[in-house]
Amino acid sequence: MRPWLGAIGGVLLAMTALLAVAAPLAAPYRPTQINLRARLQPPDWGAPGRPRHLLGTDNVGRDVLSRIIWGARISVSVGAAAAGLGAVIGTTLGLCAGFFGGRTDAVVSWLIEVQLAFPFTLFAIFLLAALGGGFVPVVCVLALATWVNFARVVRSQAMSLRAQDFILAAQAVGVGPVRLLRRHLLPAVLPSVIVVASFSAAQAVLTEAALSFLGVGVDPTIPSWGAMLNLGRDYLSDAWWMATFPGLAIALTVLGANLLGGWLGARLEPRGS
Amino acid sequence: MTAALLDIERLQVRFGQTVAVADASLRVAKGEAVGIVGESGSGKSATVLAAMRLHPPGASVTASRLSLDGHDVRTLPDRRMASLRGGFAAMIFQDPLTALNPLMAVGRQIAEVVAAHRGLRGGQARAAAILLMERVGIGDAAVRAHHFPHQFSGGMRQRVMIAAALAGDPALLIADEPTTALDVTVQADIVRLIRRLRAERDMGLVWVTHDLALMAGIVDRVVVMYAGRVMETAPVDALYAAPRHPYTVALLASLRRDGVQAEASGAPVPPGGCAFAPRCPARMARCDTAPPMLRAGGTEAACWTLAA
Repeated sequence: MRPWLGAIGGVLLAMTALLAVAAPLAAPYRPTQINLRARLQPPDWGAPGRPRHLLGTDNVGRDVLSRIIWGARISVSVGAAAAGLGAVIGTTLGLCAGFFGGRTDAVVSWLIEVQLAFPFTLFAIFLLAALGGGFVPVVCVLALATWVNFARVVRSQAMSLRAQDFILAAQAVGVGPVRLLRRHLLPAVLPSVIVVASFSAAQAVLTEAALSFLGVGVDPTIPSWGAMLNLGRDYLSDAWWMATFPGLAIALTVLGANLLGGWLGARLEPRGS
Repeated sequence: MTAALLDIERLQVRFGQTVAVADASLRVAKGEAVGIVGESGSGKSATVLAAMRLHPPGASVTASRLSLDGHDVRTLPDRRMASLRGGFAAMIFQDPLTALNPLMAVGRQIAEVVAAHRGLRGGQARAAAILLMERVGIGDAAVRAHHFPHQFSGGMRQRVMIAAALAGDPALLIADEPTTALDVTVQADIVRLIRRLRAERDMGLVWVTHDLALMAGIVDRVVVMYAGRVMETAPVDALYAAPRHPYTVALLASLRRDGVQAEASGAPVPPGGCAFAPRCPARMARCDTAPPMLRAGGTEAACWTLAA
């Protein structure tokens, strides 16, 4: 993996994060400001000075660019939170499974297989329909998808680490299992966890968009990329910009996270190549 | 009578079909130093690992007795076992580079053992770790405590491991080939260090090595192992002066390099026979059945030649 690809990924993610944080300053309009006289306006790069919509307006005259900028808040926060929660759950379970083996490993491996065998999107729709939407439920449901990524990688690493001399030596002088896991195994698997986290964040951003698209996302009143995409679908032949630009935002963010993850993977876990 | 530090009787360790230890018995009294010698694969490491319940998960361990400080190692709860490790019996390993966590400063690695056994926290544990490093002869310990294992030489790393092993003030130190990975001059330093520490605190010692020459001056008694069995056990002087088992004789001869034992050249023995018979110069018909431990003076050896 070439470093400049990783740099591009980093820049894309940094831009998204910056826009999300600075949304009130960066967005030219309020994202919910309706202007029925300016409905379905195409992208307008005309002379400055008069109100214009760089990426056009939607069916009730809201500025698409402003909504994308505000929508970044949802994508970034949901992606980061889902990856983070998944990392905590998956790393904990993976470490225990790999280190203790036996019954613990059997149970965790079984959970991983169940999770992988399940059609996740269907499961997520079901859960969110039952729980109702909202930030916390969406993050929890997404973490249900991402924890497996962490658990699998961490479990196999913990298994090989357990056979290392320094783990045996630490046990031989009485270092207890909790301390071994926290102080000896966790730091050793952390590089992999970081790599998996960036891929999982990409996955979570994409899945969140899909859930919003399907109408079970965070909150229909908050602009989100997936919901914009869904709305734009109805106007695809009249107003291509309504769906295209949110789609582009999703694609670039996911691409950024994947590029960064790939580069980190090559840097932090040098094997072969 | 106080319990032996370590008491192993008729220990057997198997990995599936492979027998690592076929029949080993070993007793270490308080303050005693015992050497276990044998070539690689003779089961000496597997024996001491099983005694610490640190054998690999797949291994099956059976024994008629297996106890540390009078506690049965096979049935002791994990928590008690963990406090026994390091607190009563600590173990150090051959390669101090792989046996230290490469991601952790050495001071912290020692301090966590202090914390586990003496209940000291934070700054107190760190201070205790620095004292331990000074005691094992690491100069400038306060600074060196912040360094990582790769910043130490082999001998210094082994000192770090010894410091960690001493942190819980154990009554028994088990050293598994502690000098094998070191230069000869450094070997002598480590031997001297362990001898000094043992004298200071009346600590029992099990010294596992393939190097018979190294034993003199360290241990009181030697256990010779071959193919997972104890061949001979004798006071160290008696072993050098009058080895009883042909394998011990061959081992001593190889030390002097005047009669290196040939590879297994004799006819194989039937199962249950003496494992050394195919290489043995004194083989006789009775060797097709395994000899018991036979006594001759202070020495015990598993050889029919003693029965004559």
